[in-house]
Amino acid sequence: MPETTHTALVDAIVVTGVGAVTPLGVGARALHERWCAGECGIEDGEGACADFDPTEFLTAKQARRADRFTQLAIAACAEALADAGWDGDGAGGPGVGGHPYPSERVGCVLGTGIGGIATLVDGQDTLRERGPQYVSPLSVPLMMSNAGAGALSMRHDLRGPSFAVSSACASGAHAIGSALRMLQSGEADAVVAGGSEAGLTPLARAAFGALDALSKTGISRPFDARRDGFVMGEGAAVLVLEREDAARARGARVLGWIRGYGASSDAHHITAPREDGQGQAAAMTAALADAGVGAEQIDYVNAHGTSTPLNDRAETHAIKLALGARARQIPVSSTKSAIGHLLGAAGAVEAVATLLALRDRIAPPTLGLTEPDPELDLDYVPGAARPLGVGADPLLALSNSFGFGGHNAVLCLESA
Amino acid sequence: MSTAVTPEQVEKVVVESLATFGADPDQITPDATFEALDIDSLDLAELSQIVHEQFGVELKGSDVAEVKTVEDAVQLIASRL
Repeated sequence: MPETTHTALVDAIVVTGVGAVTPLGVGARALHERWCAGECGIEDGEGACADFDPTEFLTAKQARRADRFTQLAIAACAEALADAGWDGDGAGGPGVGGHPYPSERVGCVLGTGIGGIATLVDGQDTLRERGPQYVSPLSVPLMMSNAGAGALSMRHDLRGPSFAVSSACASGAHAIGSALRMLQSGEADAVVAGGSEAGLTPLARAAFGALDALSKTGISRPFDARRDGFVMGEGAAVLVLEREDAARARGARVLGWIRGYGASSDAHHITAPREDGQGQAAAMTAALADAGVGAEQIDYVNAHGTSTPLNDRAETHAIKLALGARARQIPVSSTKSAIGHLLGAAGAVEAVATLLALRDRIAPPTLGLTEPDPELDLDYVPGAARPLGVGADPLLALSNSFGFGGHNAVLCLESA
Repeated sequence: MSTAVTPEQVEKVVVESLATFGADPDQITPDATFEALDIDSLDLAELSQIVHEQFGVELKGSDVAEVKTVEDAVQLIASRL
C-alpha cells in the first residue's frame, strides 16, 4: 500500500460558524438559549419568524429579488459567516466574499423542501386575474428551489459547487451531508451549508391540512399521547464547514465536528414512514459507521420528533433499533416542540441547535410533553432542559431528519 | 394609443418604475445610465410589462437591449405611442 498523505485531521470536517433565523428569533443564540429556557416560538398554531425584518439584511432591490425563503437564508448566512470570522459583509461586488479561501474552493449547498411557494402563488394569481402578459419576469428566479443557493453564492462570491438539495423535511440534513462529502472528496476547502423554508401560505396550510399532517389543535407536542400532527414553521439555518487542518491553520474557533452522515430510504410510502422504523434506523446506523463511533458513545439524540402520531412512534422504534440498550440511557428531544416543523430548514436548524447544546453540555427539552404515550418509552426530556454528559469529554449526538418520500438523513455531531 | 399621453407622462412612469426596482431616486436623471442605476435585464423586462400595461406599447428584448439611459427609454417608448 502506498502511504497516504491524508491524516485523520485532514479528513475531519469542522463547523466554524452557525447562523439561524427561527420562530424563536433572529440568531442561532436566540434559538439555543430560548429553547433551553423552555420558551416556545409557536403562536396561533404556527411558527412564524415574526422578528425577522428583511430590510435589516437586504437593500430594497435585493429584497424584491428574493423570495422569503431566500431572504431568511441570506440572514442566516450572514450570521454564520461572521461567526466563522469571515469578514466579508456580503454587500456585493467581485472578490468581496471576505472568506479565507480562494473563491473557487468554497461551495454552497442549501436545502429547501418547497422553494419560493409564495412567489409561485403570486404568479398564479396574476396569471388568472390579469393574464399571462403580466406574470412577473422575477417569478422563476424567485421561486426556483435553488434561488437561495444562488443568492448566497453571488452575495459572498462562493464560486465552488453550489446547488439546492430537496428531500422534503430531510433537505437541511441532506444539504449538510452533501457538504460533508464535498469536503471529504476534496472538491472544496469550505462549504456554506444549510436549509431554508418559508411555506406559511394558505396553499401550504390547505395542502398539508388535506393530508391530515397538520395539528388541528395547533400544538406541537412530540411524543405526547395527545399529539395530533405537526405545526408548520418557517426559518433558515446555515453552517460554515471547513476542513479541520485549514481551519486550524487560519486560527479559526472550532464549534464542533460533523463526524458522520448516514442516509437511507424507506421505499415504502410517499408520506408515511415505515412503522417499524427500519429505514430511519438504517440511516442512524450508517451515520454511526461513517463517524466510526459505537452506539454506546452517543450522548444525545435530536429527534426528528414531528408530533405526528406516525413519526414519533416509528422514530422511537428506530432509535431503539439503531442504538440498542443505549437508547434508554440517553436523552432524546425535539426542537420542533419549540419552533414547529421548519420542513426543508428543519435539519439544518436542528444541527445548529444540537451543536450548541453539546457545546453547553445541556439536553434541551421536549416542550408540551405532559401526557406520556405508553408506547413511547424513551427519555424525551419533558418540560425542562437538563445537564448533559459527565466530565468534560467532547459530547456526541445524532440529529435525525426524515422526509416525505421516505428520505432519511442523519448527522453525527461532536462538540469541540 | 391615445394621443393624450405625453413624453412627460412616459418619463414619470419610467422614473417611478426604476425607483420601485430599487434604483436610488436621487440618481434617476434623464442621462443616468441603467448600468449606473444598477438596472439590469430583469428590471427592463418588468419595465416592458409596465409600459405595455400603461401605454399599450410593445417593447421587445432586442429593443430594450439598445437602451442605455433613462432618456433613451423614454424616447423609445414615446416614439411608439
